[in-house]
Amino acid sequence: MARRGIRNPFEVHLRERYGAPAMPPTQATPTKDQLLTMYRKMYLVRRFEERAGQQYGLRKIAGFCHLYIGQEAVAVGAVEAARPDDYMIAAYREHGHALARGADAGMVMAELFGRDAGYCKGKGGSMHIIDLEHYFYGGYGIVGGQIPLATGMGWKSKYCNEDRVTLCFFGEAAANQGSFHESLNMASKWKLPVIYICENNRYGMGTAIDRVAAVPEIARRASAYAMRGEQMDGMDVLAVYEAMTDAIDYARKGKGPVLMEALTYRFRGHSMADPATYRQRAEVEEEMKRDPILKLREYLVKKKIAKEEDLTAIDEEVKKEVDEAVAFADASPEPALEEIWRDILVEEGEEDVKPRERVLGKKVESWPETPPPDLKVTWEVEPRQPAKKAG
Amino acid sequence: MPTLNLVQAVNDALRVEMRRNPDVVVMGEDVGKFGGVFRATAGLYEEFGPERVIDTPLAESGIIGTAIGMAMYGLRPVPEIQFSDFIFPAFDQIVNELAKLRYRSGGQYAAPVVIRTPYGGGIKGGHYHSQSPEALFIHTAGLKVVSPSNPYDAKGLLLAAMRQDDPVLFFEPKRIYRAARGEVPEGDYTVELGRAKVVREGDDVTVIAWGAMLHEAERAVEQAAEKGISCELIDLRTLWPLDIDCITESARKTGRVVVVHEAARTCGLGAEICALIQERCFVHLEAPIKRVTGWDTPFPYTLENEYLPRAPRILMGIDEVAAFEA
Repeated sequence: MARRGIRNPFEVHLRERYGAPAMPPTQATPTKDQLLTMYRKMYLVRRFEERAGQQYGLRKIAGFCHLYIGQEAVAVGAVEAARPDDYMIAAYREHGHALARGADAGMVMAELFGRDAGYCKGKGGSMHIIDLEHYFYGGYGIVGGQIPLATGMGWKSKYCNEDRVTLCFFGEAAANQGSFHESLNMASKWKLPVIYICENNRYGMGTAIDRVAAVPEIARRASAYAMRGEQMDGMDVLAVYEAMTDAIDYARKGKGPVLMEALTYRFRGHSMADPATYRQRAEVEEEMKRDPILKLREYLVKKKIAKEEDLTAIDEEVKKEVDEAVAFADASPEPALEEIWRDILVEEGEEDVKPRERVLGKKVESWPETPPPDLKVTWEVEPRQPAKKAG
Repeated sequence: MPTLNLVQAVNDALRVEMRRNPDVVVMGEDVGKFGGVFRATAGLYEEFGPERVIDTPLAESGIIGTAIGMAMYGLRPVPEIQFSDFIFPAFDQIVNELAKLRYRSGGQYAAPVVIRTPYGGGIKGGHYHSQSPEALFIHTAGLKVVSPSNPYDAKGLLLAAMRQDDPVLFFEPKRIYRAARGEVPEGDYTVELGRAKVVREGDDVTVIAWGAMLHEAERAVEQAAEKGISCELIDLRTLWPLDIDCITESARKTGRVVVVHEAARTCGLGAEICALIQERCFVHLEAPIKRVTGWDTPFPYTLENEYLPRAPRILMGIDEVAAFEA
């Protein structure tokens, strides 16, 4: 599939919109601190995933492991554009989303290792990290399975008159699932504050999207639901940040959901078990020239926002953090045998487990709670009455 | 005390809980303005408004998925699946997402969704408006499964279901929605989940049933009594978690057991009950446990009454078990 002419995204932002109704771009500009945070988070995700790949090779991670390398700009740009208490939910390539949200790298790695110190006691593994402290409602292993959940979370925000939005990440192949259609229809009809973010990395496992989708430009499908749809360059964190800032602003104001399509690319195979022979080497090499981390690094240096040595210092800190994460995971025991029977149904008087409190003994301050609903607002859920004919 | 039918009792439970708890919302196809295809939600839209009684699109997977998202922190959605036969588009959401959330989050959260759905045959609904899929959900760890047989239990069990934190499949026997009538207290009360009820005590044969078939079993048990066979009749009420103590106590007493359900026989809940009884009561058994169930066929239209395990067939089962000599 052609890249639709994006060659220099830092100068030319793709702002193509589909469906109703368009908003003028806000030209959000991140501060220096935010830029450095984005760089740090993107490199953390990259380094974490590289080490996860190594650990998989050492058989410390079993089963399936999907690396986010190449797509870092999408999760990081979106998270930085959102508020820390906005809800977030993702698919199975979600280590990066959890880390971008602020999850503890050691506990994420421990979950990958299937250890007790993992976010879900090692019961979930790579595809199923959940960190409610950071309002991250999880990775989901069924393609498209999480999309209706996001619709419900958006519904909750609206019902309780919260001004939160929900960010829902999924791949382009998930957009062919029925759950996508059902969810977007409902979300748009009810004007729910959800941003559906399709990370279009062009391949659903080994099948290119244009081989199986009648309309491979996912954002165009928004028009079928009378909702706003927009493409953004997913290899450019600033483009993502800017486009997501607009989209979040729109949804937070109660104007309805948005379908964002991030044009991105994974540098590795679908999972660790996939040699990715369905892609031409030249294609991968061409895409790797658009590495979102190098791009941001060049930008920061060129614009004199940071010096090379500042960025190298960040790299070194991150490497150390990830080394510690691996060591932390290594040191954690496997879950106790009785865990197999625990957490199936809620036991009498049992409280919800707060992972960082359980593992690290840290006081968890933030935790999702339901505010009492304020039902003064009447929803526009009824079809409009047809206008009376004159005369 | 007012006399209500089963569907009125369900309606009453929803109203009581919605008045008590603003986190409870009802959603589904035609549940709002229309009042529900069986009138289970009649009047709720008028009292609670479109924000709490939500007319959804016809999209079962989307309805259940959305309900899960609502419930993941704090809300208590009560989605209705119009017929339990239509639950299969949502099967993925229930089995893969809803049932696993607490386990896979390592106990971080539960999703208290109560899925109400009319089930079972007896209304000439044919293949797609008659099935009894309860065993499929019992086979999935992380779900509770309930089926009342009378208005009192329907209201009390539904109120209990909406006040606990696990996901519940609430199967309502639509064949007796109006036929089952009884006294139902006004206002608030609950019937504890996980407790079966001995409807009638007896010494010779234990008969286990639930939902609409409880009433067929009751007729069979009365006819057996006329022949001098004393049956103990158990209404399971909560199908999972199973009240195994109640079952084994009775099985040890009588040594002879008949299990009745209208779902197909193979891998039905009856098969599991048989296995549990023989594991626990082997030396007390005096006859092979008998299953009187629907046949292993798609649900038929014209031959519906032949498919369902009605009283004459249950009575034959009781006779057979009572007469067995090793």
